[in-house]
Amino acid sequence: MLSIKGLTKVYGRKTKAVDNLSIEIEDGEFVAFIGTSGSGKTTALRMLNRMIEPTDGVVTINGMETKKMDPVELRRKIGYVLQQVGLLPHMTIKENIVLVPKLLKWPQERKDEKAKELIKLVDLPESFLDRYPSELSGGQQQRIGVVRALAAEQDIILMDEPFGALDPITRDTLQDLVKELQKKLGKTFVFVTHDMDEAIKLADKICIMSHGKVVQYDTPDNILKNPANDFVRDFIGENRLIQDRPNMKTVEKAMIIPKTVNIDDSLDHAVSIMREYRIDTILITNKSQKLLGYLDIEDIKEGVRKKAELIDIMQRDIYRVNINSKLQDSVRTILKRNVRNVPVVEDDNKLVGLITRASLVDIVYDSIWGDDEEVQTSDPSKDIGVDI
Amino acid sequence: MIQFLNENAAGLFEKSIEHFFISMISLGIGILIAVPIGLFLAKNKRLSNMVLTTAGVLQTVPTIALLALMIPLFGVGKTPAIIALSVYILLPILNNTVIGVQNIDSNVKEAGKSMGMTNFQMMKSIDLPLALPLIMSGIRLASVYVISWATLASYIGAGGLGDFVFNGLNLYDPLMIVSAAVLVTALALIADYLLSLVEKMTIPKGLKISR
Repeated sequence: MLSIKGLTKVYGRKTKAVDNLSIEIEDGEFVAFIGTSGSGKTTALRMLNRMIEPTDGVVTINGMETKKMDPVELRRKIGYVLQQVGLLPHMTIKENIVLVPKLLKWPQERKDEKAKELIKLVDLPESFLDRYPSELSGGQQQRIGVVRALAAEQDIILMDEPFGALDPITRDTLQDLVKELQKKLGKTFVFVTHDMDEAIKLADKICIMSHGKVVQYDTPDNILKNPANDFVRDFIGENRLIQDRPNMKTVEKAMIIPKTVNIDDSLDHAVSIMREYRIDTILITNKSQKLLGYLDIEDIKEGVRKKAELIDIMQRDIYRVNINSKLQDSVRTILKRNVRNVPVVEDDNKLVGLITRASLVDIVYDSIWGDDEEVQTSDPSKDIGVDI
Repeated sequence: MIQFLNENAAGLFEKSIEHFFISMISLGIGILIAVPIGLFLAKNKRLSNMVLTTAGVLQTVPTIALLALMIPLFGVGKTPAIIALSVYILLPILNNTVIGVQNIDSNVKEAGKSMGMTNFQMMKSIDLPLALPLIMSGIRLASVYVISWATLASYIGAGGLGDFVFNGLNLYDPLMIVSAAVLVTALALIADYLLSLVEKMTIPKGLKISR
C-alpha cells in the first residue's frame, strides 16, 4: 500500500506547489492525478520517488518510509514513465528495457529473458530488441518507455502524462494496452494527466487537484455523479468537450479560399461558377470583399423558377467566425449546428477564408498521418470551392 | 632542393617523429585532464561558465611566452614543452565536453535519474557517450593546434620540426623553413585523419542512425 500523509512542497518562501496532500492508494489500484497546469499534480507524483524532495509530509510504501530510504534504491523499486519517453539514444531497445535490471546487476540470461517477455507484452516483434530508439516511431518508443518501467518487476509504476505527446489514435491504443497490462499484472499505477476522458477511461480512482490541494479523491463514477464542487463540475465538463481536438491554434491555418460572386452578378453567373467548380454553396460579397450572404443549391432552384435576382434570394443570416478565433470553437459550431461550412472574416467583415467539413477532415488526417508521408493535396480546383 | 632533401631526409624524418610524439603525448595528457573535469563541471552551469571564461582568458597568453615561463619551473627540454602544450589544449577539449554534456536532451538525463542511476553511472553511461561527438570534435581541433604549437617548443629545447624552422631562420635558408612547415601541415592532416577513424569507432551506433 502506498500511503501519502501531509505531503507538501514549498518553493521559495510562500509558493505551495503541493499543499498537505493526503491519500491512500491500495495495492493494484490505478490512480490518476488530474488538474489544470500548475495544480501540483506532477510535483506530487515526482515526490513519490523523490525526484523532487518533499518539504514536508510522509510517504510510506508497505509501511516503509521513503524518506528513510536511499533515493537511488527507492527509484530502482519504482517504475517511472516520462511524457517525452526519454529512451537512451545510444543504447539498443534491449539495453533500454533492462536498464534497471542492469543497475541491479541481474545475470545476463535473466535480463535477456525479461527483455523478450516484455517486448511481447507490448505487441512488438522480438527483432526490435536490437534496434535503436531512433528507428522506432513515437508510439513504439512509448511502448518501450512503459515496459522499461516494468523491467525490474517494480510494484509501483509512476507515469507523468505518458500519452500526452502522442497522436489520438496511438494514444488510444496505448491507453488500452496500459489498462490491460495493469489488470494483468496487478501492479499499482499512479499517473498524471490533464485529460479527464483519459482519467475516466483508465483510473480506478481519480484525484482532482487544484492549487496544490486535493479537491476530490474518488472513483470516476462517483465523481461524475457527485462532483464535490463547481470546480470539479467545470473541470469535467470543459475537459470532456475539449478532448481530442486537432491541435491547431486559429482557424487561419485550416481555412481554404472560397469561391465567391459579387452581389451585383447575375444568378446565371453564380450557377455557372458553381457548376464549373462543382460546389453546392457560394458566398456573396460586395466590391470590397465584405461578406454579405450565401446561396446554396436549393435557393438557386427556387430563384431560377421564380426568375428572381441573386440579391433577392440570397441568405443573409450566416454564421461566421473571426480569423483570430480558435479552431476548436468553429469545430464545435460545425458539429453542433450541423452546418457544412463556416466563412472566416476579418474584423471589418471582409471575407478571407472558409472552414469546411472537408478541411477539418484534412486536419485530422494530417495530424495522424501527416508526419509519415507526404499528404496528397486535393485537386486545386476543389480547394477553392465549398466541398460537400 | 633535391640535394637539400637528400642530405636532410633522415633528420627531417627523425624530427617529424619527435614532433608527432611530443604533440600526441601532450594531447593525451590534455584529454585525460580535460574530459573528466569537463564532465564534472557540466553539472554546475555557473561554475562551468566561470572556469571556461578564466580558461579563455588564459588562452590569450602567447604560446611562446607560456613556453618561456616553463623554463624557470621545469627547465628546458621535452618535459616543460609537453606540460605547456597540454595546458594549452585544455580549453578546446574542456569547452566541448561541457557544451556536449549540457546539450544532452534533459529527458534522457531525467530518465536516467528516475531509473535510479547514481551520479557516477549517469556520467559514465549517459553524459560521456552522448557528449562524445562534441568531445571528439574538440579533440580533433586540439590535435591540429598542438601540432602547430609544438613547432615553437623547439625554442625551449624540445626538438621536433621547430628545430628546422628556427635553424632556417638563423641561417636564412627558406628551403629549410618551408620543408619543415610542409611536414608540420602533413602531420596535422595525418593526426586529424587518424582521429576521424577513432571518432568513427567510438561514437555509439545509436547516435549515427537517423530514420
